[in-house]
Amino acid sequence: MSDIAIEEPLVTGAESRVAVATQRQLIWWRFRKHKLAVISAVIVGLFYLVAIFADGIAYAPPFDTQASRSYIPPQPIHWFTAAGRFQPQVYALKGKRDMRTFKLSYAPDASEPRDLVLFGRGYPYNFLGLIPTDIHLFSVSDGKPQDALFLLGTDELGRDVFSRLVLATRTSLTIGLVGVGLSLILGVLLGGISGLQGGWADVVIQRVIEILRSVPTIPLWMGLAAAVPASWSPQQVYFAITVIISLIGWTELARVVRGRFLALREEDFITAAELAGASRLRIIFKHMVPSFLSHIIAAVSLALPAMIISETTLSFLGLGLRPPAISWGVMLQDAQNLQTLGLAPWLLFAAIPVIVVILAFNFLGDGLRDAADPYG
Amino acid sequence: MLTYLAHRLVLATITLFAITIVTFIILHLPPVDFVTAYAAQAAASGTAISPAEADAMRQAYGLNQPLYVQYWKWLAMVASGDFGRSFEYGRPVTEVIGDRLWLTVLLSLGAIVITWGLALPIGIYSAVRQYSIGDYVFTFLGFIGLAIPNFLLALIVLYFGSRLFGLSVGGLFSPAQQLAPWSWGKVVDLMQHLPVPILILSLAGTAQLVRIMRANLLDELRRPYVVTARARGLPEKRVIMKYPVRAAMNPFASTIGYLLPFMVSGSVIISVVLSLPTVGPLLLRSLLSQDMLLASTIILLLGVLTVIGTLLSDLLLMWIDPRIRLGRG
Repeated sequence: MSDIAIEEPLVTGAESRVAVATQRQLIWWRFRKHKLAVISAVIVGLFYLVAIFADGIAYAPPFDTQASRSYIPPQPIHWFTAAGRFQPQVYALKGKRDMRTFKLSYAPDASEPRDLVLFGRGYPYNFLGLIPTDIHLFSVSDGKPQDALFLLGTDELGRDVFSRLVLATRTSLTIGLVGVGLSLILGVLLGGISGLQGGWADVVIQRVIEILRSVPTIPLWMGLAAAVPASWSPQQVYFAITVIISLIGWTELARVVRGRFLALREEDFITAAELAGASRLRIIFKHMVPSFLSHIIAAVSLALPAMIISETTLSFLGLGLRPPAISWGVMLQDAQNLQTLGLAPWLLFAAIPVIVVILAFNFLGDGLRDAADPYG
Repeated sequence: MLTYLAHRLVLATITLFAITIVTFIILHLPPVDFVTAYAAQAAASGTAISPAEADAMRQAYGLNQPLYVQYWKWLAMVASGDFGRSFEYGRPVTEVIGDRLWLTVLLSLGAIVITWGLALPIGIYSAVRQYSIGDYVFTFLGFIGLAIPNFLLALIVLYFGSRLFGLSVGGLFSPAQQLAPWSWGKVVDLMQHLPVPILILSLAGTAQLVRIMRANLLDELRRPYVVTARARGLPEKRVIMKYPVRAAMNPFASTIGYLLPFMVSGSVIISVVLSLPTVGPLLLRSLLSQDMLLASTIILLLGVLTVIGTLLSDLLLMWIDPRIRLGRG
């Protein structure tokens, strides 16, 4: 081969940019190409913003029940006043009982328009859990949005569906995060031991994973979740459910971690580090972890929707979080039977964020997985 | 081949053992032991059992002995087919479960057959006609299928089924056949009610398998041997069906082991929503009323059936895939 002259590689502007780019830049460029993943990242980000500022975005107190406001259908916003001026308004509702069927029906009363205002006053709460305030993202001019504003209607107990949905977002999204956090610890630990140590530890852990994956999870979850004592506080139940979900959900993460460790063990730069006399811990944390961190992040974003579905399913069955805790599953539980759905189909609104978030996480995870290995 | 078989058998045995332990733990999780719960339930319904009877039950389950003794006593009883009595129904657990277990199996197996039946042709179509309108439509449907949890889909179908078509999609039998003994008419009735739940159950699995099949087949279609086959003038249908599809099916076939637990899980949930007479609603009820002997039996039976099903699917896989048969799998 020596008689073939080595050709000067043709370097274009774009290629030279790639040649000197850092790993992080390469990943970002690759990720940016996946349009759907970028949009999904924005959607997921917005959902987490909602989760953080949930109290401020909700306008009606989510726990206050009011029998007279039971099952009010969603009410439209009137964007223009009667005079034709642009001013979003809502009409106060007047309830009237039909004396033949005794059914309470509501009619908007156009004679009493209330102006919709941004950053208006509403029920008091602690901003970010710290600063007491009563400013909400939007409210009505008289500071009593719970009497006039029904964006998504009310449930059986007269609680505002929109406000509850916003607070449920906080619970459902954080339970996913905490659950993934716990699975990640288990997955990285056991997957790491499995991949690094090999031998009998690997065999045992692999068999445990196989067993866990060949057992139907939902009956198991149900059995474990049903044992959570009724006397526990909502916080304790929240934690117990997260632990139950992640106890069975760590296997996929462990598989990814093990696979990466096995692949990396053979890499030249690891051998070089070993020969240079680097300690084992240094090799793991300085050389191995940074090079598969992106894979872990991708695996996490694919594990999150599974966690969210698990929590929603358990709560929907009445075995997960229980009222007064609010999560998407708890809200959907109200919409469980046909009679309720016929009476108040707007209770199914809680299904929309579930579907949107799960789709977004799936696309995001796909994009991250492709970008995690930018040389592929 | 024998090592593979032995490996699978050992794993199945260990899994069974693990399932009995977990079931035993679930049986003993409630703070009140199940005999006391039974006695309280019986007292409440007016047929109080005497303390002597309760003691006899405690003795039989070894409740005042160490946990491992309790476990062995319980295991021995379960192995001999004695699952105890349900507190809520006051009848032996096996009687309460009755046909429900087989309907669960029927539903899960039906869903697997439909999943395969749908995913295979759709996957092949999507790969062969990559980026066609049909491919995009199926990809889109697939993402929707992945994103909607089973129970939500069942709920939505239930709502729109009654709203738009005036259909009741719940249940597996029409009211007239519900309590009737098994007959040809009842079987026909069951067959008419099965498709909707089976389709709901198989959607998510189908979506997953289509993605796997499409990706595998796309990889295969780029191989040089496909080009060779085309260059030799083989008919297009033969070029695709003869080799690439068969090669792409192997990883596809191995997913069947994970499909069964997935379907059993799903059937429990959608049965609750659609009130199907499977073990799903029974399990939920028994857990909520802490009828632990009934609940743990259902969990145990579902687990055991899944293990047997997985073992059978492994045998099937061995039959499909020569690499496993020849011991290199």
